[in-house]
Amino acid sequence: MSSKKDPGRSRQAKAGYSRRGFIRGVGIGSGALGAGLLDKTAEAAPAAGIAGPGPVPITLHINGKPVNLTVEPRVTLLDALRNRLDLTGAKRVCDRGTCGACTVLMNGKSVYSCSVLAIDAQGKAIETIEGIAEPGKLHPVSAAFWNHDAQQCGYCTPGFVMAAKGFLAEHPNPNLKEVEHGLGGNLCRCGTYMGVRQAVLEAAKNLKAQGGKNG
Amino acid sequence: MANTPDYSWPPMEARKVIGQSPKRLDGPAKASGRARYSSDQNPKDLLFAVYLTCPHAHARVTSVDTGAAEKIQGVTAVHVVSPAGTEIQWQGTEVAAVAAVTEEIARDAVRAIRVVYEVLPHLVKEEDVVQAGARAKAAGEVLKGDPDAAFQQAAVVSEGHYGIPVITHCCLETHGQTIQWQGDNVWVWPSTQDVTHYAGQLGQNLKVPAANIKVKMDYIGGGFGSKFSPDGWGETGARLSQKSGGRPVKLFLDRETEQRIAGNRPSAFADIKIGGGKDGTITAWESHSWATGGFTGGGSPPLPYILDDSNHPIPNKRLVHTAVSTNTGPFRAWRAPNNQQAAYLTCSAIEDFAAKAGLDPLEVFKLNLQYAPKVRQELYQYQFDKAAELSDWKNCWKPRGQNGAGPVKRGLGLGFSAWGGGGHTSQCKVTLHADGSVQVDIGTQDLGTGTRTVITQVAAETLGLPMAAIKLAIGSNDLPPDSASGGSTTVGGVSASTRKAAVNALAKLFDAVAPALGASADQLEAADGQIRVKGSPSKSLTWAAACKKIGAAGVISETGANDQRNPQGLISSGTGGVQVADVSVDAETGIVKINRYVAVQDCGLIINPRLAESQVYGAIIMGISTALFERRFMDAATGAMLNADMEFYKLAGIGDIGDIVVHMDIRPENDKRGVIGLGEPPAIAICAAVGNAVANAIGVRVPHIPMTPDHVLDALEGRNA
Repeated sequence: MSSKKDPGRSRQAKAGYSRRGFIRGVGIGSGALGAGLLDKTAEAAPAAGIAGPGPVPITLHINGKPVNLTVEPRVTLLDALRNRLDLTGAKRVCDRGTCGACTVLMNGKSVYSCSVLAIDAQGKAIETIEGIAEPGKLHPVSAAFWNHDAQQCGYCTPGFVMAAKGFLAEHPNPNLKEVEHGLGGNLCRCGTYMGVRQAVLEAAKNLKAQGGKNG
Repeated sequence: MANTPDYSWPPMEARKVIGQSPKRLDGPAKASGRARYSSDQNPKDLLFAVYLTCPHAHARVTSVDTGAAEKIQGVTAVHVVSPAGTEIQWQGTEVAAVAAVTEEIARDAVRAIRVVYEVLPHLVKEEDVVQAGARAKAAGEVLKGDPDAAFQQAAVVSEGHYGIPVITHCCLETHGQTIQWQGDNVWVWPSTQDVTHYAGQLGQNLKVPAANIKVKMDYIGGGFGSKFSPDGWGETGARLSQKSGGRPVKLFLDRETEQRIAGNRPSAFADIKIGGGKDGTITAWESHSWATGGFTGGGSPPLPYILDDSNHPIPNKRLVHTAVSTNTGPFRAWRAPNNQQAAYLTCSAIEDFAAKAGLDPLEVFKLNLQYAPKVRQELYQYQFDKAAELSDWKNCWKPRGQNGAGPVKRGLGLGFSAWGGGGHTSQCKVTLHADGSVQVDIGTQDLGTGTRTVITQVAAETLGLPMAAIKLAIGSNDLPPDSASGGSTTVGGVSASTRKAAVNALAKLFDAVAPALGASADQLEAADGQIRVKGSPSKSLTWAAACKKIGAAGVISETGANDQRNPQGLISSGTGGVQVADVSVDAETGIVKINRYVAVQDCGLIINPRLAESQVYGAIIMGISTALFERRFMDAATGAMLNADMEFYKLAGIGDIGDIVVHMDIRPENDKRGVIGLGEPPAIAICAAVGNAVANAIGVRVPHIPMTPDHVLDALEGRNA
């Protein structure tokens, strides 16, 4: 059994599958799996020229530095960051591209790192929240979140900060409606949206004052 | 100290730090991603653990074969939680768990475990109580006066059906812990609302002395009442660690399991009949309610909410409640248990009664405050008026049917709340060093409410120092014991214990420096970074100079405890609140939008207005989410939760909340009451206010929360009669 990036939509749908579930399902050994209603047997047809199923060496460019690691092809960028590289700012919350807590920037664009395979992130510039400011210093977006108390438990905050940074790079002069639309891919459970709105508007102002240098 | 020291708060006008709004102390750590939650701990040689859970709502385990899983390379331990013979009562129950060197291998191993179940009949839905059959247990009837006669005599009688569904806590950090059990010792980084008592509870399960268990938690990614105990995963994680030669194990639930078993709020449904006079005075109440909190039943909202003082209740009432046992994950405490349900059922029924009588619900609520506790009647009158003013009720509220000729209708709705609070048991230690540094130790936790910040403010205020001079330690069971953070009791507990410990430490410092200032200790005060003689500010020592008098070898270390039986005026309990929702409803699509939301919130002494307001905003935003979007979908046929994720279990996003206006009632008469917590009070009335606003907008009652398009359109089409 081997890894394959395009599992085929029809099979996914039939098995009641999520993309993430499939990613996790591939590469497992043959044999009978868990019994019962939710039996999740997944088989991917073998294909030529593909990585895996065992661990493969990869190089990721994270926060300006190349990092070598060995991961199975099914490992997500998020799990590579958190479990292999001890970069725990990105959080695993929904684990299927809904909540944005795992947001990082890839070539300057916001991505849900739970929905990107680590092997697919090779050759791209990956920016995590650990890389946007020196230890002990705050990036203007982070500072604005602090200023407006846009955090309670704080578990969603790193994802929000990265999503805001990516959003402001493309929308340096947003109005409130645009902020609500641009940050609509991130969820908070404690209810900090009032602060987040103001924080993103203030960050836009401060980044402009710095000469448009976002990060 | 010969006399009982004066612990009372400094007068409002004399405060330097309390009442100010410094930014939360852990803000930079959180906003820079450097805050390490328990799920972020990656100790050396860490193993990853994954659960196998039961796919059936009701089943008996026939056999569990872990042989194939154990043979997978990289697997270090397998632990069976539900061995053969176990009867499982809800989907998602833990059956077995695996620890492995990577999370991926652990998942493979879980899939290799063979479990055979005998599937048993289940009940997972309670909306229709008749179908619950023998699973519904009546709790008996409460009868007062003669409701049947009162309804016959009533000029106005309204009847309605209302329901508020099971919702899940959906903490962003799932339940779990990183844990290591090596030899006789356990180290654990849990995600818990109760750092102090975690070890004692885990120790019982593991048969390890609590003294051998070290608990550490710096940050928690949400709890909301669902994270009070170590749960089964505490024990399972520990056993996997032990079986793996004492290597640390990270075991946090996956989102699916989190949604199924790690916390939900009980539902509540009711048929309610209200009778009264043409003026809107309620004379009779009858409710037949039912609820489920899972297999054990649970959930019993107090009806009628607030308007039920034992000395002067609604004169005629009949209450019948039924608990329904379902094969669904067990309920847990949720911000203001039972109160949200009770507020929704009661306020909805009153709004329908007002509409039937052709009256403004604002006036009907106010008129019937005669049934509320005497001590709060005046407060509620004030709050209803204030909320009406801030929402422009007089101009914006229109009777049902007069809210716009086009498809988009606007409506306003009311809800109100009551909560206790008080302060939990708490101890604090304040240590003053000869070099002038100050250490404050307290075994509490900061759930994101700002506990770190308020403790530091209290210590700084008391010692006359800037906040930066205080070094605070929380989040460990090595520290003086605190209690669980629940029921809005934390800020009361920690502010009282910190105040007392700091006053006690200061008294010792005064003893040490009094001779140098030529005064007696009781003539001294601490202010502006100095110890000085009251009334003679020139006779002073800087803080650093004063601390030198402790002696190079010495420290002053004093404790303070919150005494729940005698809070000494520092803290109290009891708040009320009134909220108004202003919504627009598209009668063609059924989409409900919040235009504006007004909350008038009673409070006590506010230590940090910024953080207090954040609490209220947060409660309202969470409430809007529950009012508009959230419900657990159970499938009657399979017994499965259909939306055990965050894709189809909907939470409000940043664009869904409208404008929120918070009016905190910071007045001297409230300040005198001392500190009162704000976790639950503002979270209670949102479903009530939003539901009433929707009914007002479209002219018919949408009986069931959430106010989703399907529910709204069903109501408009008369499909829910």
